Formats: sequence, C-alpha cells, structure tokens
Amino acid sequence: METNFTHHQSAHCENGVASNLLKFNGINISEPMVFGIGSGLFFFYFPLLKVNQAPAISYRPMPGFIFNKAAKRLGITVKRIKFSSPEKAQIALENNLKNNIPTGLQVGVYNLTYFPDEYRFHFNAHNLVVYGKKDTTFLISDPVMEAVTTLTEAELEKVRFAKGVLSPKGQMYYPTNIPSEINWEKAIKKGIKNTCNDMLAPVPIVGVAAMRFLAKSIRKWPKTKGVKVANHYLAQMIRMQEEIGTGGGGFRFIYGAFLQEAAVILKNDQLKELSLEITQIGDLWRDFAVDASRVYKNRSNLEDVYNTLADQLLHIADLEEAFFKKLKKAI
Amino acid sequence: MKKEEIPQDESNLSKSNVKELCYATDENGNYTTGLSTGWEPKTIALENSINAINERIEEAKQDIKSGKASPIVYFMELHRMDWITLADYVGMWKWRVKRHAKPSVFKKLNQKILQKYADAFQISVAELTNYKGA
Repeated sequence: METNFTHHQSAHCENGVASNLLKFNGINISEPMVFGIGSGLFFFYFPLLKVNQAPAISYRPMPGFIFNKAAKRLGITVKRIKFSSPEKAQIALENNLKNNIPTGLQVGVYNLTYFPDEYRFHFNAHNLVVYGKKDTTFLISDPVMEAVTTLTEAELEKVRFAKGVLSPKGQMYYPTNIPSEINWEKAIKKGIKNTCNDMLAPVPIVGVAAMRFLAKSIRKWPKTKGVKVANHYLAQMIRMQEEIGTGGGGFRFIYGAFLQEAAVILKNDQLKELSLEITQIGDLWRDFAVDASRVYKNRSNLEDVYNTLADQLLHIADLEEAFFKKLKKAI
Repeated sequence: MKKEEIPQDESNLSKSNVKELCYATDENGNYTTGLSTGWEPKTIALENSINAINERIEEAKQDIKSGKASPIVYFMELHRMDWITLADYVGMWKWRVKRHAKPSVFKKLNQKILQKYADAFQISVAELTNYKGA
C-alpha cells in the first residue's frame, strides 16, 4: 500500500512534516509559512538545565509547539495518538496507510539507520512521515533528507519507542479536519504577535533578555569553568544554532523568508523591509558562529576572546530588540 | 545569506552524500532555497562534541580496567547515553542504575537484570559481563 504523497525537502523536520502533510491535504503552505504562523522563532537559555553536558540553549520552542500552534491558527484539527504497545502502534499506523492517510511520527534519532553516524544522538523529537508500506518495509519521507527512504518494521519500532527525555511513545499524528476557507491574514498576524511577545518577554531566560543573560555567562565561563568546558559550551551553542534543521543563522533566514511571503499576503511593504533586516541579523549570527569556532579550534586562552563574543551577542540582542519592536508595530 | 554564499565545505554530511537545505536570498533580494554540503564552523563544533564523547569512552575503559567501574559505564558512553537515558531503556530508577556501575554490585546482578542491560546495549549478556576494558 502506498499513499499518493509528495516528498519535499525542508530545513527543519517539524515544519517540513507539517508543510508536507498539509500539502497532501490540499493546502499549499511553505515551510517558512508553517514556521512563522506557528511562532517558531524563539530564544531560550536556562543554565541549570544541562543538555549533552552543556547549558540548555534553544533557538526554537518545545517540540510539537510549532505544528500545534500553526494548525490551531489555521483552523486545522490534528489528531495525536500515543501508544504503550508497539504492536498496537504498528497496527494503527498500517490502518492509516490502508485508509490513504500519510502519517507523521515523532521518533528518536539514535537508531535512524539512514542518518550519518556523527548525527546519531539520543534526541527524541525528530519528525518524519510514513507514506506507505511495501512487503515488510515502511516507506519514509524524512523532510531533512533530499529523497525518500525506507525502514524495516523492526527499525521503525525502535525509533518510535526510543527511550529517554521526550521519549516519543510511538506518537503518530495527522490532520483530520481541514476548513474549506482559511483566514491567512489573521493566522499570520497572530503568529507574528506571538513571536514578538516571546522575544521581548520580560523574563531573563527567554528572548532578547536571555541573549543578554547568555552574553554575561560567556564572559564568566573561562574563569569559572575553565577553557575546555567553556569551549565545549560554545560548541554546543553553535550546534543548536546551525545544525541540521535551522536553515542557517538560528532560524533567522527561514523567518526572513516567512516575512517576505507574509508581506505579499498582507499587502504590507514594511514586512519586506523587515525581512531584509532579519536577514542581516541572521548574517551576524553566522559571523558569531565563525568567530566562536575559531576560539575552540585554536584553543585560544585569551579571556578577551570570550569578551569579544559576548559583545557580539549583546549587539545582536540590541538589534533584535529594535527589530521585534518594529515588527510588532508593523502589523 | 546570499544564495551563492551557501557554504559547500566538506563535512560529515558530504561523506554520506547528504545535503541540507538552506534559506538564502537571490540577486533581487528574494528568498529561495539551496543545498549545502556542509559548513566548516559547524563541522568543527560537531567534531568538538564527538571528541568529548570519545574522551569519555576512553575514561570509562580505564575505569573498568582499574576496577573503578562496571562495564555498564563503558557501554553507556559508547552508546552516547547518559544516566537518565539508560535508566529509561532498562526501566529502572536512575539511582539503581548508578549503583550497578559499581563493580562489586554489578558482580552480583542476576541474569534477568543483566539481560535488560544487554538489550539496551544491543549485545549479549556474555559480551557485557566479559568486558574488561581492553
């Protein structure tokens, strides 16, 4: 059995699955549009929580938030089901495929056989679509891959029932109700407002305030943690910012693409200008990554290097604060 | 980022013939997408993480050789797990798993519990118990 599903590669797995599933259901929505309406742009720094032996830094909200918010704002109902038994999880998936429903799955990355070894970590919030089954292999559309791929029954069970933080518990999801008419203007405005409020939130661990908090920490790292640990922290930060999925510059470029599309739909030229502005800010994030990588490559011991990086981050925070204030006023 | 600036560096992705999608602007400033084989700053960051993991594996090996830790620690590091992840895979509390990392406690574990660890590491019980840190 095989559904009539078309695979499109995307930068980020969650937007990609959402965009691909909605396209199958007759809604022509791009990855940046899902990202923007779902308020995907975010910044989070919480040093008490450690991920991979480094403080938690995230450029995106919790897994699942983007698709859920986007769906709600577009008036689409998404059904999500978790399972305790792998057998039942497989039967439910096969029933969906029989009914011609390509289905989104939350999976763990560690046992994804088609991923390069270096990328196989215990990260449990990856997303992919199963669009069919031939004999005993499932046909897989993983949005971060160029082409479709396959997994055996056993391989798919392993990734659906990966364990650890955010374990997927076999979760599958698919849109069940699509409205005949979508109010794009309203959905876009809501998405933008939400992002502006998040980024300008008066909370030290979220948005531009969190960037400033992080800049302060970066200055202290070499003294309090030692150069080796400080460099490990920086490397982790750059991975969160640039690794598979962000489309570059910690999602700022995807957001620029979203604003450009939004400018046309809302007939608002100011959004086009703001798209250019966030693109330039994205370039500064890329420069930051280049400079940070030089630090941990050369193992430079100069305290000044960390101060320079912190200053760069503060500069970006100032620009983003101004940017989101303008964006809030523009809609 | 301009489309012609999308980096095409050698990376762990390009080794496996994987390319990732990037968003960039064309000559008129309009957004479009392009594929990237990799970017050096990212490759360096990833290498840094892989090296950290390899150091931890090496450390675990030494600890088992010198009798400071049980084989569980080595296989945990080898599979890039932390205590929480391993505890979830074997279905036990974290403190209990940490106790099993002591060689004296590990020696007394029954077959059923050893099997849980072996399953989590996708090896046989013999491979687990016979590991001496070589």
